[in-house]
Amino acid sequence: MNLQLTSDGRLRHLLTLDGLPRAILTQILDTAESFMDVGEREVKKVPLLRGKSIFNLFFEPSTRTRTTFEIAAKRLSADVVNLNIATSSQTKGEAILDTVDNLSAMHADMFIVRHSQSGAAHFIARHVAPHISVVNAGDGRHAHPTQGLLDMFTIRRFKGEFHNLTVAIVGDVLHSRVARSQIHALTTLGVPEVRVIGPKTLLPTGVEQMGVKVFHTMEAGLAGCDVVIMLRLQNERMKGALLPSAQEYFKFFGLTPEKLALAKPDAIVMHPGPMNRGVEIDSEVADGPQSVILPQVTYGIAVRMAVMALLAGGATA
Amino acid sequence: MHASLPDVDPLVAGLADAIAPTLTPDTVIVGIHTGGVWVAERLHAMLHCTLPLGTLDISFYRDDFSRIGLHPQVKPSNLPFDLEGRDILLVDDVLHSGRTVRAAMNELFDYGRPASIRLAVLVDRGGHELPIRPDFTGLTLAVPAHQNINLSRLDDGHLTLSLA
Repeated sequence: MNLQLTSDGRLRHLLTLDGLPRAILTQILDTAESFMDVGEREVKKVPLLRGKSIFNLFFEPSTRTRTTFEIAAKRLSADVVNLNIATSSQTKGEAILDTVDNLSAMHADMFIVRHSQSGAAHFIARHVAPHISVVNAGDGRHAHPTQGLLDMFTIRRFKGEFHNLTVAIVGDVLHSRVARSQIHALTTLGVPEVRVIGPKTLLPTGVEQMGVKVFHTMEAGLAGCDVVIMLRLQNERMKGALLPSAQEYFKFFGLTPEKLALAKPDAIVMHPGPMNRGVEIDSEVADGPQSVILPQVTYGIAVRMAVMALLAGGATA
Repeated sequence: MHASLPDVDPLVAGLADAIAPTLTPDTVIVGIHTGGVWVAERLHAMLHCTLPLGTLDISFYRDDFSRIGLHPQVKPSNLPFDLEGRDILLVDDVLHSGRTVRAAMNELFDYGRPASIRLAVLVDRGGHELPIRPDFTGLTLAVPAHQNINLSRLDDGHLTLSLA
């Protein structure tokens, strides 16, 4: 049984993009498109989720993701409660399902969950009552489906279609839940060539089996690309034996104007944030004309509105 | 039954004749997706309106969303003018319960504060559930509750009414 879909094929929870049918991905992107103009109006709200309570359940810190989920829920007229569990009951030893049960007893309709453990959102989704939906807002190294979806929305907005694109994902794929979600979405939507570029130590073994081509140099990997997605190099990884230094990483894999010139002249540059300027990306590129990094953030609101609207309409009332 | 339904073109022409004397320079025509837009397009052309045509998709404002979910094909609403102080002529194909019109008015007010809203419908089929009545009506026809009256557009652009 697919935890994410209802028996009649509607979205029930959003936990991962792995295995979600193309029709659902397209439906989310199309719905997000129709939410785009809500942010431009005098009243930046539609009454779709009026009376629904959405709990932002963040067991791991986040600024951008939590804020865009909050704005998205508010634009749908839902009531939003933000819980920063890292600084709350969990430190007092409350089990995760007890937290969920308590919030369900407060008549929650939807949980947006971020957790450092892979599978946390699945765990909660299996536990909640039938009328409650769960959205994975990032679990460990596993998945970050709404980020993957907003990246697809960004690509579609700037490139129009997927079937003629070459997309490169650059950097720390090993630790990146974003990269996994992107790869699943890109292959499902029919992108013919998905590349990953990075040092051997930062690419998972067997990544080819996800349907990507592997490159270990920017020179080879960026040639002919339409879309270049830079991943955040998590500073904490630098302490291990995976990398010599941030400076050396920048020299080989940092995106500079010179390296970007290897891609197609109209290639777009994306980054899920937060950026390490001077580590994985040069400021000149991040702030340059090919960067669509800030539009990604704006689109994230419409995409998260679409996900929440489809979930609220698909759950059994 | 189908044979007894009148042609759409004369109904639209009748609507246009009734509306024409009431038009002001600030009047904008707004059609409700999908059938209301077809009728609004005709009226917009026949009345030689200079302001662009507006369209509304009220899917995000429906009062039955929590029961039936989101319509699979939501079209963006497009109101390419400032609503503030305008006289709005809201156009739909069929007036039944009045819930669609209520949702449309709610959506319009989220864009601004119009000076007035009037309602033109091709067919008022009865069965109202809200205190909403049209200002201009092409055809008044009592349709039994178990039946639907639908406007459809043929490939050549021709509009026809049918009962089902």
